[in-house]
Amino acid sequence: MELTGAEILVRFLKDEGVEYVFGYPGGAVLHIYDALYQQEDVRHILVRHEQGATHAADGYARATGKPGVVLVTSGPGATNAVTGIATAYMDSIPMVVITGQVPTAVIGSDAFQEVDAVGITRPCVKHNFLVKDVKDLAVTLKKAFYIATTGRPGPVVVDVPKNVTDPNIRIPYQYPREVSMRSYNPTIKGHPGQIRRALNLILGAKRPMIYSGGGVILSGADRELTEFTQKLGFPITNTLMGLGGYPGTDKQFVGMLGMHGTYEANMGMHECDVLIAIGARFDDRVTGDVKHFCPQAKIIHIDIDPSSISKTVRVDVPIVGDIKHVLTDMNRELDNSRKRPDKSALEAWWKQIETWRGKDCLRYDRNSDLIKPQHVIEKLYEVTGGDAYVTSDVGQHQMWAAQFYKFKSPYHWINSGGLGTMGFGLPAAIGAKLAHPDADVACVTGEASIQMCIQELSTAMQYMLPVKIINLNNRYMGMVRQWQEFFYESRYSHSYLEALPDFVKLAESYGHIGLRIDKPGDVEGALREAFASKDRLVFLDFITDQKENVYPMIAAGKAHNEMHLSPERELA
Amino acid sequence: MRHIISLLMENESGALSRVAGLFSARGYNIESLTVAPTEDASLSRMTIVTTGSEEIIEQITKQLNKLVDVVKLADITGGEHIERELMLIKVRADDAAKRSEMKRLTDIFRGRIIDVSETTYIIELTGTCEKLDAFIEATGDENILETVRSGVSGIARGEKSLRLTAD
Ligand SMILES: Cc1cc2nc3c(=O)[nH]c(=O)nc-3n(C[C@H](O)[C@H](O)[C@H](O)COP(=O)(O)OP(=O)(O)OC[C@H]3O[C@@H](n4cnc5c(N)ncnc54)[C@H](O)[C@@H]3O)c2cc1C
Ligand SMILES: Cc1ncc(C[n+]2csc(CCOP(=O)(O)OP(=O)(O)O)c2C)c(N)n1
Ligand SMILES: [Mg+2]
Repeated sequence: MELTGAEILVRFLKDEGVEYVFGYPGGAVLHIYDALYQQEDVRHILVRHEQGATHAADGYARATGKPGVVLVTSGPGATNAVTGIATAYMDSIPMVVITGQVPTAVIGSDAFQEVDAVGITRPCVKHNFLVKDVKDLAVTLKKAFYIATTGRPGPVVVDVPKNVTDPNIRIPYQYPREVSMRSYNPTIKGHPGQIRRALNLILGAKRPMIYSGGGVILSGADRELTEFTQKLGFPITNTLMGLGGYPGTDKQFVGMLGMHGTYEANMGMHECDVLIAIGARFDDRVTGDVKHFCPQAKIIHIDIDPSSISKTVRVDVPIVGDIKHVLTDMNRELDNSRKRPDKSALEAWWKQIETWRGKDCLRYDRNSDLIKPQHVIEKLYEVTGGDAYVTSDVGQHQMWAAQFYKFKSPYHWINSGGLGTMGFGLPAAIGAKLAHPDADVACVTGEASIQMCIQELSTAMQYMLPVKIINLNNRYMGMVRQWQEFFYESRYSHSYLEALPDFVKLAESYGHIGLRIDKPGDVEGALREAFASKDRLVFLDFITDQKENVYPMIAAGKAHNEMHLSPERELA
Repeated sequence: MRHIISLLMENESGALSRVAGLFSARGYNIESLTVAPTEDASLSRMTIVTTGSEEIIEQITKQLNKLVDVVKLADITGGEHIERELMLIKVRADDAAKRSEMKRLTDIFRGRIIDVSETTYIIELTGTCEKLDAFIEATGDENILETVRSGVSGIARGEKSLRLTAD
């Protein structure tokens, strides 16, 4: 079969099983767009800004575990995509981004719409390629998908100069089924000796804690983790990225940990004697002051990326490998072992944890005349039966969504944790809805974040994607305001949002439904109405309490036992 | 502590900038960095001299290993090894006294004078960094017109080799 470079690219995507490409056209990719036009297998989703394309592809990836695919033009197309690439990179999300490039003959001459895309993206990709010859195109694309989806996943950029997709040059094409690379071989199986050392520690633990993260979801190891945790009867906490990796409704789950984690999770970290870290990377939002992190614990760490291990906190038993494989081995060893966890020690430990839990650290004022943001999320959870795909933006609303929506299974909680990119939520919801057209998809956002990619309301209209936007409108960049209240004596420098648009009219002008809700009693009804409307996007503008803060909170650089609790809790 | 890290990497354009970018982005020190092709044209070999605590060196080697273009890596400072650096140094040699003084110094350090002009010598010298430093010190700033150093090349002694194994 003789094809042009553009046809090879599109045909390759089909052969690779790609359903959707999120993109935006321009000069350097016009040959590719022409090839897209002439087929129906790969569906192109036209966004309204390249940042939206990357977040939508990212949302699709997080909602499915499959790689997201992006196509943008050279120059400004590529630079607009950078924020979304960096967002995916920080959270280890598999993504392949195809950027157009000026023809090879003029690369380096400051040609029209030329940027060094490989250079600009280098620090925020897992790997990138410049394709110089059409003969290398198919195999380079295969390598890109292989690298993006294996080991510790991440975004890969493939920069394709315009002449590589020249409609006048045809070459034979065959789908490269496999590639192998001598320089890239992720470790999958855990070392049996290390696994045994870890199990010895685990079975000797008196106050164990399981701390699991995004790696569990990336590995597809939620079942293995659940089995492991329940076999042992240990308490488990999740990072922001790990939510849904273990059922949030189960009694062994003590909630999220870290800066805005629960009292019981953070105290449990501080007092535990064996910490089992599984696919979590000891981020500073989790550890706080590393000098006082788990001061009494021996630490076991399972991670596929050796550079994640002992990066910020030294661990005692590292296990490099894929969680699914390692936990399968550990579960089997546990079944075969005659030793059992120390039952009486565990009982005492649980008693202690229950006392911490008794603090009810997420309590908020339920009798307020104002809409409490936490109440909105609780109702969202009820109305959707806990089964929605929930995307979020960045800020207080993100934390409340994480604290109050009890995720039962992986892929349902979709947020930007590592980079914390405002503007992520709406395009990510578009990607998730395309992946799961029959499921409820909600985007929890704030009036500041939503405006960063608001243009994607138009994309949602074009492709009839009835997501529900839950705007927790506090008229503030709430998270910034909270820090200013706590650490800058309430000097609210540039965190108040003047001149907000009328979100109801805004939604309507894009052809959607807008609702404004300003009474606590109307929250549930509005949510029910919105989710009953199966074929329309509904923008719910909840006018919430302006001064509500996220609690508990550990100030940056403090230890886990130095939490601030909410005034309501202190009153209780 | 000072460490010498040797790597084999794919001989691809951009591989060098990945390594250089990694060091600057993560704030690691580079004392010197050399790179050239090997007997296998598809591979180049790089020697990096860096300093840092044991934790930092561990992170450096892990981060380098993670680069997709890096095929193999060894921190050769751990075992017995040989390191050499080449220096070309242009010195003032504009009267008889200076000329004989430079000649004598070159001999002591087992260097070679490889270019002579009416007023200058160019001296070639190989050795460890310390030896080259010592030569520079002995020569004296006032006599030095220009120096160019290759950066360190390092290799482990004996059977231990950094090469692709046939598996
Ligand atoms: C406003 C704001 C507040 C925040 N507050 C908090 C907070 O209170 N608590 C909190 O937890 N986070 C918080 N975060 C998020 C935080 O910044 C980090 O993104 C998050 O803690 C990292 O989660 P993780 O450790 O699970 O790592 P991830 O980024 O999910 O990394 C996954 C890890 O798993 C490994 N891995 C990947 N695949 C596999 C596999 N197949 N097998 C084995 N290992 C694998 C990777 O190598 C990596 O080490 C906040 C973010 C924002 C924006
Ligand atoms: C692109 C970007 N710019 C700035 C920030 C810093 N930042 C973090 S939270 C936040 C405020 C978000 O406000 P809003 O969306 O209204 O959410 P709220 O905290 O009020 O719930 C800002 C500005 C960021 N995370 N991302
Ligand atoms: Mg706000």
